[in-house]
Amino acid sequence: MLSEKYEVARDDYANAGRVSSQVKQYLSSLGVSSDVLRRIAVACYEAEINMIIHAWGGAINLNVTDDGVIQLIFKDVGPGITDLEKALTPGWSTASEEARSFGFGAGMGLVNIKRVSDEFDIVSSEEGTTLTIGFKVS
Amino acid sequence: MKVKDLVEINNWKLLNENEGLNRDVKGAFVGDLLSFVMGNGEPGNAWITIQAHLNVIAVAMLREFSCIIFVDGANVTEEMIDRANEENLILIQSDSSAYECAIKLYNANV
Repeated sequence: MLSEKYEVARDDYANAGRVSSQVKQYLSSLGVSSDVLRRIAVACYEAEINMIIHAWGGAINLNVTDDGVIQLIFKDVGPGITDLEKALTPGWSTASEEARSFGFGAGMGLVNIKRVSDEFDIVSSEEGTTLTIGFKVS
Repeated sequence: MKVKDLVEINNWKLLNENEGLNRDVKGAFVGDLLSFVMGNGEPGNAWITIQAHLNVIAVAMLREFSCIIFVDGANVTEEMIDRANEENLILIQSDSSAYECAIKLYNANV
């Protein structure tokens, strides 16, 4: 199994998307197909943005398993999602006015992630949120 | 149609020059909500937007857009241009509205 780890800082709008680009480049170098790469790019970007605008930063772990699954684990350090059901409702958002002025906060982040991924799991508490998604490559 | 052809046809202001000028333009997408753009844009699209900040460059690269057309005179910074050049992405500026730019793209058979 191959593993990579990336750090994401709170409120780091300027660098948002950098990790997603790195993940995409890394997986491209492994020969992952463009269709799968595009789905991963969408999901990774949305989750990275969530860590920056909603959470207090965290880490992203990328695992490529021997049986052909690309797994991404986004683990932030809080403050957690109070209502997961609402967070998974299209159009529902708690983004700040500042974030909305930049075009974030459409309420489509988790919805998009769930739509493009083959496996989706999210757990949240005040200590933080862990989002695990998987993509089958074979 | 290539990105460079679009610029020539419409007299839009080219904000940078790199290899992205030779990218093929396949359709266009108008949008300012980044998640909506990420979820619905297609590779090769020319992206029309009023959002002018660094994150737009990241979205365009991840979604594999052919270029970005900033409309209504949106103010593009040097930092954005530098980041776009790192990615060979062409940035175009127009004082026209998104609607008018979309019409021009349509008339150019995009």
